[in-house]
Amino acid sequence: MSDIYNTPSRRRFLQWFNPLGRKEGSWGFSLNRITALGLTLYLYMHLVVLGLLARGPDAYDNFLALIHNPVFIFGEVLVVAAGFIHGLNGLRIALTSFGIAVPQQRSMLIVLMVIAGIASLIFAIRMFTA
Amino acid sequence: MSSEKWNVTFEVYRQVPGEKPHFDEFKLEVNPDEYVLDGIERIWAFWDRTLCFRHACHHSTCGACGMRVNGIEKLSCITLIRDVTHDGGKMRVEPLRNFPVVRDLAVDMGNFYLQMDAVHHRPVLPVSEASIEKPEETWSPEYDQYTRLSDCIECGLCISACPISGTDPNYLGPAVLAGAQQSGLSRSPQVMGLVDSENGLWRCHSVYECTAVCPSFVDPARRIMDLRKMVLVERVRRLFNRPTRTELRIEETRK
Repeated sequence: MSDIYNTPSRRRFLQWFNPLGRKEGSWGFSLNRITALGLTLYLYMHLVVLGLLARGPDAYDNFLALIHNPVFIFGEVLVVAAGFIHGLNGLRIALTSFGIAVPQQRSMLIVLMVIAGIASLIFAIRMFTA
Repeated sequence: MSSEKWNVTFEVYRQVPGEKPHFDEFKLEVNPDEYVLDGIERIWAFWDRTLCFRHACHHSTCGACGMRVNGIEKLSCITLIRDVTHDGGKMRVEPLRNFPVVRDLAVDMGNFYLQMDAVHHRPVLPVSEASIEKPEETWSPEYDQYTRLSDCIECGLCISACPISGTDPNYLGPAVLAGAQQSGLSRSPQVMGLVDSENGLWRCHSVYECTAVCPSFVDPARRIMDLRKMVLVERVRRLFNRPTRTELRIEETRK
């Protein structure tokens, strides 16, 4: 009675990124996956950029000149926002995973995401006006 | 029930074993205060006798009629049509996820029931052991002669809603872990080994969707978190060569 359409499979991981119609916990879960992937990608990009140091000061200065445009600054704001979202949501998961404040997990997620949003906004204003 | 009438299109998942699934549309005139299961039964009775689905009690006790309605897990016998669509609207009805489809909306829950047995979940238990909101002091041992149905009706909605159950075929899943927390640990030390494993409670990613869809207020997510605490306490006791609480409980039961 094998059924390839409905049985669990690692290939179904795309469902992790679709919280539509679901409750807050699913949104928190999806956000954590998306921000984790984004931060991992950023880590590798960061290592590549650091590698430019090995090519001498000119290569690094040229790169710094390139990233001083709004597109790159927006990218950096996304990294900061991802850090806040992932970190604060991680805190909530760590607490509830050991039975602390489980009934409050929904309100905790909302409060922490509001904090992440405000903090990201402050950073965005500072980064774009610096 | 009001005399209001709505025209609703049911998009019903159809799948014959070995064939690709598809959706069939059925346009029905319904009373919005009827339940989704009423509509499905009417499709079977008047439109298509080959439609396969599970149902029994019609009052959320048997857990047989779990389905996905517009993508969300529901017990179709207690889901009002009014709550999931509108007049002139569509309603997509699909089988539960993460279970093999036997045919159309009916899924094979055999393996799930075996896992519930493996953690010694009791469908019926002494009323004094029921985990309902109760002032403990009002219960006396004489009430043990009475039994009640366990909160978990083994409908499988939580397994379908859990994203981890969707990607890991070996994960025990919310209902099984909740069953272990509710009654299994106090009855068998083997249950500890089963839940404190790679595919047990540490696989849960705190999505809380199991609790959101549970029609019986079992709150599997809270139970899984509670189980983690219990497992940690047991591990610490073992570290200091102290008898675990499970062992103490079983010894107490034997006396």
